[in-house]
Amino acid sequence: MTDIATLQNQILSAIETADTPDALESVRIDALGKQGSVSALLKTLGQMSPEERQVQGPVINGLREAVTNGIAAKKATLETAILNQRLATERLDMTLPAPEAPRGTVHPVSQVMDELAEIFADMGFAVAEGPEIEDDWHNFSALNIPETHPARAMHDTFYFPDKDAEGRSMLLRTHTSPVQIRTMTSQEPPIRIIAPGRVYRSDSDATHTPMFHQIEGLVIDKGIHLGHLKWTLETFLRAYFERDDVVLRLRPSYFPFTEPSVEVDVGYSVVKGKRVIGGSEGWMEVLGSGMVHRRVIEACGLDPDVWQGFAFGTGVDRLAMLKYGMDDLRAFFDGDNRWLQHYGFNALDVPTLSGGVGA
Amino acid sequence: MKFSLSWLKYYLETDATIEQVADCLNRIGLEVEGIENPADKLVGFRVARVLTAAPHPQADKLQVLTVDSGDGNPLQVVCGAPNARAGLVGVFGVEGATVPANGMVLKKTAIRGVESNGMMCSVAELELGDDHDGIIELPADAPVGMAFAEYADASDPVIDVAITPNRQDCMGVMGIARDLAAASLGTFKPVEVPTIEGSYSCPTEIRTDDPEGCPAFYGRVIRGVKNGPSPDWMQARLKAAGQRPISALVDCTNYLMLACGRPAHAYDLAKLNGAVVARRAKDGETVTALNGKDYILTSEMTVIADDSGVHDIAGIMGGEHSGCSDDTSDVLLEIAYFTPERIARTGQALALTSDARSRFERGVDPAFIDDGLALLTDLIVQTCGGEPSDVIRAGQLPLDRKTVAYDTARCAALGGIDVPADRQKAILESLGFEVASDWKVTVPTWRRDIDGLADLVEEVVRIVGLDNVVSTPLPRADGVAKPTATPKQSLERKVRRAAAARGLNEAINWSFLPQKEADAFGGGIWSLENPISEDMKVMRPSLLPGLLSAVQRNMDRGASSVRLFEIGRCYLADRERLTAGIVLAGEKAPRAWATGKAARFDAYDTKAEVLALLAAAGVATDGLMVMGEAGDHYHPGQSATLRMGPKNVLAAFGTLHPATAKAFDLDGTIIAAEIFLDAIPAKKGAGFMRPAFTPPALQAVTRDFAFLVPEQLPAGDLVRTIKGCDKENIVAVRLFDRFAGQGVPEGQVSLAIEVTLQPGDKSYTDEDLKAISDRVVAAAAKQGATLRG
Repeated sequence: MTDIATLQNQILSAIETADTPDALESVRIDALGKQGSVSALLKTLGQMSPEERQVQGPVINGLREAVTNGIAAKKATLETAILNQRLATERLDMTLPAPEAPRGTVHPVSQVMDELAEIFADMGFAVAEGPEIEDDWHNFSALNIPETHPARAMHDTFYFPDKDAEGRSMLLRTHTSPVQIRTMTSQEPPIRIIAPGRVYRSDSDATHTPMFHQIEGLVIDKGIHLGHLKWTLETFLRAYFERDDVVLRLRPSYFPFTEPSVEVDVGYSVVKGKRVIGGSEGWMEVLGSGMVHRRVIEACGLDPDVWQGFAFGTGVDRLAMLKYGMDDLRAFFDGDNRWLQHYGFNALDVPTLSGGVGA
Repeated sequence: MKFSLSWLKYYLETDATIEQVADCLNRIGLEVEGIENPADKLVGFRVARVLTAAPHPQADKLQVLTVDSGDGNPLQVVCGAPNARAGLVGVFGVEGATVPANGMVLKKTAIRGVESNGMMCSVAELELGDDHDGIIELPADAPVGMAFAEYADASDPVIDVAITPNRQDCMGVMGIARDLAAASLGTFKPVEVPTIEGSYSCPTEIRTDDPEGCPAFYGRVIRGVKNGPSPDWMQARLKAAGQRPISALVDCTNYLMLACGRPAHAYDLAKLNGAVVARRAKDGETVTALNGKDYILTSEMTVIADDSGVHDIAGIMGGEHSGCSDDTSDVLLEIAYFTPERIARTGQALALTSDARSRFERGVDPAFIDDGLALLTDLIVQTCGGEPSDVIRAGQLPLDRKTVAYDTARCAALGGIDVPADRQKAILESLGFEVASDWKVTVPTWRRDIDGLADLVEEVVRIVGLDNVVSTPLPRADGVAKPTATPKQSLERKVRRAAAARGLNEAINWSFLPQKEADAFGGGIWSLENPISEDMKVMRPSLLPGLLSAVQRNMDRGASSVRLFEIGRCYLADRERLTAGIVLAGEKAPRAWATGKAARFDAYDTKAEVLALLAAAGVATDGLMVMGEAGDHYHPGQSATLRMGPKNVLAAFGTLHPATAKAFDLDGTIIAAEIFLDAIPAKKGAGFMRPAFTPPALQAVTRDFAFLVPEQLPAGDLVRTIKGCDKENIVAVRLFDRFAGQGVPEGQVSLAIEVTLQPGDKSYTDEDLKAISDRVVAAAAKQGATLRG
């Protein structure tokens, strides 16, 4: 064995036995440092004749490379061991609870109103609004409900002692229908709107609260008839409940502001003791509707021989209950955190047609 | 409106079952609210004979009977009725039957030690009358063992129909029959009107002095009547309709009303004095009505009066004084036509409802007055005897009949159903319309609701059936649906979802408040005249009272942390202001292993919410001014407003004033905020293009400064001044420490500020940085700040 081979064995075994980074470093200095054994050998290359160098060069350089590689490999091993040792001391109990973030919710009524806006946007309906403190002309007279009309009494109206500049009595709107009037008097047909909002009636029991939410729909155009109304309501209810087996039953009825007037029942089935929309095991009343009365169109300054259309109205709270299963209307307005957490919606449950309007 | 099937069949020849009748009623717009069969209540009750009756060994008032209910197996029954005796045929309730009057289920039992099986029943127990005196006694030949319902012919279902306000004609059974016949459910049999010959001229003068309120007043006298109970058949029909039989004279008028929709009134002639006149009431005149209440009248109301005073609030309710009693022998019948609007106004003003009012205000058939009087006279003479006088006809009936120029094409154009012209004609005629060859349609006198073409379309469509309306898609605009939300609506949606995303729960509170809660927030402008309760009286001037009450309820239920918000309107004098309200109460974060004790909310939490929600609404919050005057309901030292310019307040927030919190029974620190969404200016500029931007190539550098400032200096002023002192270089200024105490002179605080500088095309030199620092220090000095050494 040559001297160089012996040296290489010695150094590699020293590397092997070095068990700390410091020990390894001193092996490195002994071999590759300025005074190191390998460095010394490398220096001898300069004094050699070219022939000698041709023989010794690869040998000495091979030695240096073997040592360098050996040190690098050992260094990596030692560092991994040290890191593992440190990590072992840094263990956390990952079953401990993470910091809590409060969970916020959107009220079911707001959610359903957004759902309705989304569905009707696809059918070309914009969302219109009107005041809740109304005058009796917009709430009644313009809707063909004169003062002596029995329907006024049926509305259980909340009145204010105040009158407006034109001497009209001020009241809380009993339905969203005055928005029909406000829309027709401010906007040129064709019109397609929905108008969701708060309405008020002096009525309070398990299924009635003095404040609740309605949504009104209005289409004014040329050549609109009951068939369009039926299609619109079917399309809307199927989209809202996301079921194709939603069946409607139309019944003649009476509202002063529509003629003909149509009450709409939707079929339900009973699943596990609960009424579920779809099928036709039974019927429940969900909507009032009809063709807008020509007197209403006239009252808004439009020509009823040119323009005709339909209107409908339904309870938003009721729609929410039918879809999501709440059974107590009063809880909607109680602000009980537990109820809101249970029935409320995630902020990111934004109804979209592509993602589905229900959540 | 309730009526029995048998009564309906009196006017309608049909084999239809009750289900078919109900379906048809629903189909033509007479909504069935319920069907009840009295026979259902009588299941388990049979005709039975008492075989033996012996005294009860333990009780004087009881007897022990053996009862044969027809199955050849007589049962022992203990009975307390005084009329129970051997041989009596009565009604026996078997074990398992439910007693209609009290819901008790009969079972084998022991009464004072003697076994009893079932019960012999009284009229009251079976809800057939009020008689409690003893058990029912049937004729001796009643077939023992027969179901009592069958024996009593009780299987006559009662239908309850909701009549819409336009259909006065269906407020009588006859009108409903006419409608059903038009819908092909059977053949209409109008009532046969008898001819009554008066045998003497009416001795009482009748006239109308108020032709506007009472255009026509007909009447006659019947002498020598004998009042008493009305006949069973009439009582049965009245009871089915939910009307309590009173006496034959009263029942006859009620019967006419329910059968034909025609109210009338019978006065006791002996109690009248002089001419009977329809006139305006005098202001302040009073009358005691049949309901026993006194009413003060005005000259806007029509009454029926004689020389002694008012006897009847015309068309609404008779007077107590002149009503018929058991002793009445001579009656004056009044059958009049009252103007619907007058009746409606009077009824509203007196807050008095009655069956008569609900018919008159909808408009009774003006042509059915002679017939009505003849029918009523006949009913009374049949049941009470007596001698009718001639009829007096005062005034003029409004008999003008409306005509409508019909166009059969409108049926499809409006109603969406194509119906052949001859079918349309047949339908209209079956409902009593007269159709001329030129399609001029004359409206029957009983259909006051019809006044236009659309009404006729409705008649045709409802009889043909709305099921036949074919769904027709609305025309659809090209392309995908366009966005429809207004900027205001988009803003509201964004704020709502941002709040929910930040952990707040959306509540919906009442729009009305108790007076004192509104007062705690400066008072409400709008106060209801007729609130449902004092707790729901004043329209809210702020969203906070409702939220605070909700927080209080949650706290009462044991909640430890409440984060509520609401987006809704506040009701101001000139507008309804869309506002977002927030209330935070209790723990911000619960105690936790990593953080220790629970953290409470403070005023800065609501500042964070307000800034976040304004940012979600598209407001550049950096430019907002923090100012005072948040409102008296806030802690004066821990509240502020955020304004866009000195006038436009976008939000108010802070700690709630302890006095306000106390007014809502809330303990501890309550944090609140209001964001006035209508104050947020609309976004300027259209289009989606953003301003051009390329991230700078050179890295930003930061420099820290610590300043001593007077304690009262708002930190925001210092930050703003520094930010503005070198806009070319300074891109951000962040206050990261505030310290007072050791090393800081009394009356001063130390504020540490990190300034971020963004170099342009070349890196900063030491000289550049020194120059910027000098500018920062100089600017701070203007606010009274000195650089800490």
